[in-house]
Amino acid sequence: MQDTPLVIAGRSFRSRLIVGTGKYSSFEVMKRCHEASGAEIVTVAVRRLDLSAKGEASLLHWIGKQLLLLPNTAGCYTADDALRTCHLAEELGMSKWVKLEVLGDEKTLYPDVEETVKAAKVLVKEGFTVLPYTSDDPITAKKLQDAGCAAVMPLAAPIGSGLGVRNPHNLRLIRELLKVPMIVDAGVGTASDAAVAMELGSDALLMNTAIACAQEPERMASAMRKAVEAGREAFLAGRIPRKAYASASSPLQGLIE
Amino acid sequence: MKLQVNGEPREVRDGITVVELLRELGIERERVAVEVNTAVVRRARHGEHCLSEGDKVEIVSFAGGG
Repeated sequence: MQDTPLVIAGRSFRSRLIVGTGKYSSFEVMKRCHEASGAEIVTVAVRRLDLSAKGEASLLHWIGKQLLLLPNTAGCYTADDALRTCHLAEELGMSKWVKLEVLGDEKTLYPDVEETVKAAKVLVKEGFTVLPYTSDDPITAKKLQDAGCAAVMPLAAPIGSGLGVRNPHNLRLIRELLKVPMIVDAGVGTASDAAVAMELGSDALLMNTAIACAQEPERMASAMRKAVEAGREAFLAGRIPRKAYASASSPLQGLIE
Repeated sequence: MKLQVNGEPREVRDGITVVELLRELGIERERVAVEVNTAVVRRARHGEHCLSEGDKVEIVSFAGGG
């Protein structure tokens, strides 16, 4: 069935699944997962080069040339650190797209939304296309949109937790509030979680651990692709309202006596 | 003179440029981004940027992440 493309900052994408490049057992497995997922955008981190490991295979060698790289600021706990990371990412990737992530706590990896908004404002002024990871708080989501972010990426659950959508009501509120795409980022564990996020109206979904750490990552990547497509199509189709009691599917007339 | 390169102390000759440091470390310039004292030094300026005693140099590349 026809669907409109996902448009972020004027750029169109057919796939509504964005995947990561972390935690894979090997680059070969990662590449196969990327292909199975159908993703057109992949996230990468910016890290110190290991000076002792010369001539090591480069991650970029294993990422399809047609994919858009979305560098993240994972591991940053202040707006200043996130800005530095974005400047380095720009120098590395020759692109100004960034996944902004400013964390507030090591145990939950919950975002520090105050620092995130602060960094977003500076980055937008500097001409970056900013996709911020945030909590499922509608007010923060609105502030990030007002700061000029190209999309807003609320969490389904803590990063890597696999708990699925914890607060569907908030995600629905955020979707209603925003004009820019809402991309649910982090916390999905399996295909049904992905479908739930898409059925709520999420424009896209970003995940890493659920695929990379599945027992069969490539198969999970394929499952997630289908779940995102199915969830999106169900959202467009419009689900039936929930009822407390049964409603027969077969006619009540013409029953034999 | 002494530098901090990716958090490790490193002894280099005085006035070494970013290009020369990367060559000494055996790093392909196209693969990395370089920051000196928290400011990026653009690739086009690697050849002219001379490092000073105590500079904090960060050499980074893309790594797997979510």
